[in-house]
Amino acid sequence: MAEMILKKQDMAAFTAEINKGYEFFGPVKNGKQLEIARINDVSDMVLEGYRNTNMSPKNYFFPQSEELMAFKKYGDDANIYKDSLKEIAQRVIFGIRPCDAKAFSVLDKIFKNDQFIDNYWFSKREKSVMIGLGCNMPCSTCFCTSVNSHPFGEAGLDVLATDLDDRYLLKTLTKKGEDILSGVSCLEAANDDDLSSAKSLSEKAASEISGNLELKNIDQKAVLDLFNADFWERVQEPCLNCGTCTYVCPTCHCFDIQDEVFKDEGIRVRNWDSCMSWLFTMHGSGHNPRPGKKERVRQRFMHKFKYIPIKRDGEIGCVGCGRCIQMCPVNIDVREVVKLMNS
Amino acid sequence: MQNRTDKIKEIAKRLLDDDKVDLVLGHRKGTISLKNTPAFAYNKDEVEELLWDGNCRSNLATFLPRLKDKRVAVVAQGCVSRNIVGLIIEKQIPRENLYIIGVPCIGMLDPNILREKAPGEILETKEDETKIILKGSGFETSFEREEALRDNCKLCLHRNPTLFDELVVDEVKEQDVSGRYDDIIALENKKPEERTTYFDELLSSCIRCYACRDACPLCYCPVCFVDESNPQWCGKSTDPRDVLNYHILRAFHCAGRCTECGACEDACPMDIKIRMLTGKIEKDIQENYDGYEAGMSLDAEPPLATFKPDDPQQFIK
Repeated sequence: MAEMILKKQDMAAFTAEINKGYEFFGPVKNGKQLEIARINDVSDMVLEGYRNTNMSPKNYFFPQSEELMAFKKYGDDANIYKDSLKEIAQRVIFGIRPCDAKAFSVLDKIFKNDQFIDNYWFSKREKSVMIGLGCNMPCSTCFCTSVNSHPFGEAGLDVLATDLDDRYLLKTLTKKGEDILSGVSCLEAANDDDLSSAKSLSEKAASEISGNLELKNIDQKAVLDLFNADFWERVQEPCLNCGTCTYVCPTCHCFDIQDEVFKDEGIRVRNWDSCMSWLFTMHGSGHNPRPGKKERVRQRFMHKFKYIPIKRDGEIGCVGCGRCIQMCPVNIDVREVVKLMNS
Repeated sequence: MQNRTDKIKEIAKRLLDDDKVDLVLGHRKGTISLKNTPAFAYNKDEVEELLWDGNCRSNLATFLPRLKDKRVAVVAQGCVSRNIVGLIIEKQIPRENLYIIGVPCIGMLDPNILREKAPGEILETKEDETKIILKGSGFETSFEREEALRDNCKLCLHRNPTLFDELVVDEVKEQDVSGRYDDIIALENKKPEERTTYFDELLSSCIRCYACRDACPLCYCPVCFVDESNPQWCGKSTDPRDVLNYHILRAFHCAGRCTECGACEDACPMDIKIRMLTGKIEKDIQENYDGYEAGMSLDAEPPLATFKPDDPQQFIK
């Protein structure tokens, strides 16, 4: 582990050095939306006053639509699927928030089990170096500290950056992180003042996150007691069953696979899908195990706060980024639902 | 605003006390600023939470088809009442089970405009009929309410409910709107390839969450065309042609039925100006069908849901 200082005035030089071997990504404004994108001009980066990107950056590892395989309808190799996995260039993503990075570490456990490894996910993860940026200014909708994360959390990151006004403190967390910073000439060693300022910023940010959620009782309750609880009837009332919460969520990872054929060629595509949609669970027989809105709404919260913790050693399927709270068209607030589940 | 809130509560309480309805469908304060949530009030305590302000952007008519077996009182401003008329005409809800609490409306606020006016995260809003005050950490700013109205509310021609059982305040003066379709006309005047580029850019951020559809009171089909699998009308990926296909077909399905309530734009997490599609279609309907506007009367025949043997067009024969 090393701790170094990157002066903000040296950002262009830093980016240029990294850009020699890596594609450099960071937060930029696209219309009204903040998103992570390739940085060609360092002045495009929006780092001052930046809270978080509108969409989670999961799209960079788990694209909304991703070609998995390709096939032809005719010829000797007709209907033989060929892997479409493309090698991506090595890249550095600067400015990922710790909650989103934590989500990647949760998804790493989901895209790999004792039988399968999802190469589409891991090939991109392996090629990416994540420089996270701690949150000096958490939003009123943030609750990362309640769900195993922190405004300056390190899970899923290779380097953690702390904004110290005119400079960033860069703390390497992995070998990848050390490698990326090792040859960069514009970095200086951090001194004790830098380290103590970073520590107090981290403590201040954590203390500013309001409304700590209790999840203890959720762990202790039996699955069926939660599943059959009366409150789901009321929680589901205003829900529109749109997919917004699932698509903006950094940990939602369900997908649908479709074959798309045009003339003599076809591709197999993986698209994000949503447990909010009735079609997601519709069986070919015509039976739907989640026939109504209540079953679908319940699934989303049970999956995050009960099923994933049981199946993934206590990991929670929520990182407290608050996007679903901000973007749900009818203000179904996950914090309120968790309170009901824990009550 | 407070007088509307008070009256809504008073009426709601009376209807529940007299056992005239099973529930009152209104709005209540959300857990974050600039956001209310649809309220399903079954008792006095829940009635106490009802409110009316500039953040009541959800269209409550959307929930009515699912509640058609219940006796429902619903809070409805101009556009929502017009959607209720539409749902009754289209036989999705029975009029006799409904009690419409009409709200003469002075427009809903655009959260994006409010955010632009605030130097930080907005934690509290206060409003009356003319002024808005925004508060956040270390700031307080105020301005005229009119400056922060949504586009569809600025251009609204029917702020007063067209169908109601009771009004909460006296009718408001309807707006004198000019240039209602200026942006649509400007788009019409572009070359076809420019329009293609325009729509591609308009929809480029779409994530196909279908929040626009699911928030819309017109979209009550048990199976939407995008969810059909045999045949599959529309691809599921983010291919721009499929995204465009979805939005254009949905807009067509809304022709002669849309009231420009803005629920689709409010629900969209990507801030897509969906009105640029629905507005064009409403303009066409007005031009081709003697100025027809959706939901103005229970006796009106929706132009695209009506067939006459002596229709002049040949294609239908």
